[in-house]
Amino acid sequence: MIETRNLNKSFGDNLVLNNINETIKKGEKIVIIGPSGSGKSTFLRCLNLLEKPSSGDVLFDGINITDKNANVDKLRQKMGMVFQQFNLFPHMTVEENIMLAPVKLGIMSKDMAKNKATELLIRIGLQEKAQAYPNQLSGGQKQRIAIIRALAMSPEVMLFDEPTSALDPEMVGEVLDLMAQLADEGMTMVVVTHEMNFAKKVGTRVLFIDEGIIVEQNSPEGIFENPKNQRLKDFLSKVL
Amino acid sequence: MTALYQSFYDALIPDGRYMSYIDGLKITITISFFAIILGSILGSIVAIMKVTAINYKIKFLEFLCNLYINVIRGTPLMVQLLIIYNLIFTSRNTNEILVGAVCFGINSGAYVAEIIRAGIESIDKGQMEAGRSLGLNYLQTMRLIVFPQALRNILPPLGNEFIVLIKETSVAGIIAVTDLTKAAQYIASRTWEPLPPLIIAALCYLIIVLGLTKVLNMFERRLAKGDRN
Ligand SMILES: Nc1ncnc2c1ncn2[C@@H]1O[C@H](COP(=O)(O)OP(=O)(O)O)[C@@H](O)[C@H]1O
Ligand SMILES: [Mg+2]
Repeated sequence: MIETRNLNKSFGDNLVLNNINETIKKGEKIVIIGPSGSGKSTFLRCLNLLEKPSSGDVLFDGINITDKNANVDKLRQKMGMVFQQFNLFPHMTVEENIMLAPVKLGIMSKDMAKNKATELLIRIGLQEKAQAYPNQLSGGQKQRIAIIRALAMSPEVMLFDEPTSALDPEMVGEVLDLMAQLADEGMTMVVVTHEMNFAKKVGTRVLFIDEGIIVEQNSPEGIFENPKNQRLKDFLSKVL
Repeated sequence: MTALYQSFYDALIPDGRYMSYIDGLKITITISFFAIILGSILGSIVAIMKVTAINYKIKFLEFLCNLYINVIRGTPLMVQLLIIYNLIFTSRNTNEILVGAVCFGINSGAYVAEIIRAGIESIDKGQMEAGRSLGLNYLQTMRLIVFPQALRNILPPLGNEFIVLIKETSVAGIIAVTDLTKAAQYIASRTWEPLPPLIIAALCYLIIVLGLTKVLNMFERRLAKGDRN
């Protein structure tokens, strides 16, 4: 579904991604782990071209989206993204946040989008927040709404960049539960996280990135019970 | 006391002098009004061009925007006014009021551009990214997500800029426009008492500025209502 070929990204002369070749298949739940500053976010953001790769290609459903003629806006509609800082639109109600993209992109009528928003809000038990503004919500509620805002576009894949890192500990669970539900329903997911239990339970494959290179990848059992790379061992001993 | 009354009476009533203030006021308001509109349009366009140029690293466009902004902000308004006036005055039938409005508009545009740019840049980058990640294009995200939020930060300094502009139109007299200030000076030259007409003119400016301040405060309060963050 997503493929990177010789993907490189530098900021100035700081080489952040070093020749990454990776294929993510439909239905996979990829978990990306690694030290801070290793390039995890940059990798994720290259997949939907929020960062422009310095060289190499990103293919989505077989289409080279790094090609100059590719319609990136159209392709992004199929790739939902969830950010560490939620990035809800503070000047809009929860319902308007969810309806905005489907309506403005002509995918749904206002009525359809409203129904969809209601349906999604009921799903996460926040239907009474439809008319609330984001600042009236807890962190966990904000992030769950950011997730369903992305779901309203019916994406084929969801990208998560440390979705629980900005949350108070007691709210991490509700967000991870929603993500686990999505995984159960078969959503293709790429998740950057420090929640190792989530990686073990939900992940189908774990990538360990260090200094812009995927130095080891394996099933969760392989990564956590039988790590081979020394830096992965060091990393795990610090976070587990 | 009666002398004071007499001098204000002389500055206002004989020969229908109050009409001169009103005519001058009309011209001041006309110039200000069109300059504000032109300045806002020009400023918005330049601000959007500059922000886009910075985001997409279009060096040439950024250079052009900065050239305009720096030249206008780096030279005195009165000199700009005289240059434009002389440029255009070489042709006949110049409409001085139009020249004034255009000149003040071009001048104000540079300040408005920087106010709007700063307002847009004050919005968290994550807002643009969230919009783009949903599939909205750059301009849609700007218009629907970034700009409405920036407006709250833009409005107070923008109102301030309009107020400065209105007061600065008082130098329009140097290009042979009989605005409020010039009208007051004409009357002073008749009555041989410069203070009363100037004080009357000052009061007129004060009333306009205070009125505008009230309107702007109303806008700000309305924007702040469904407030958040
Ligand atoms: N927009 C940027 N400009 C310059 N350097 C950046 C930018 N984004 C990330 N970097 C640098 O790239 C490296 C990797 O960052 P990132 O992908 O955010 O790491 P991670 O998500 O693994 O913590 C870091 O050294 C960071 O400083
Ligand atoms: Mg990161």
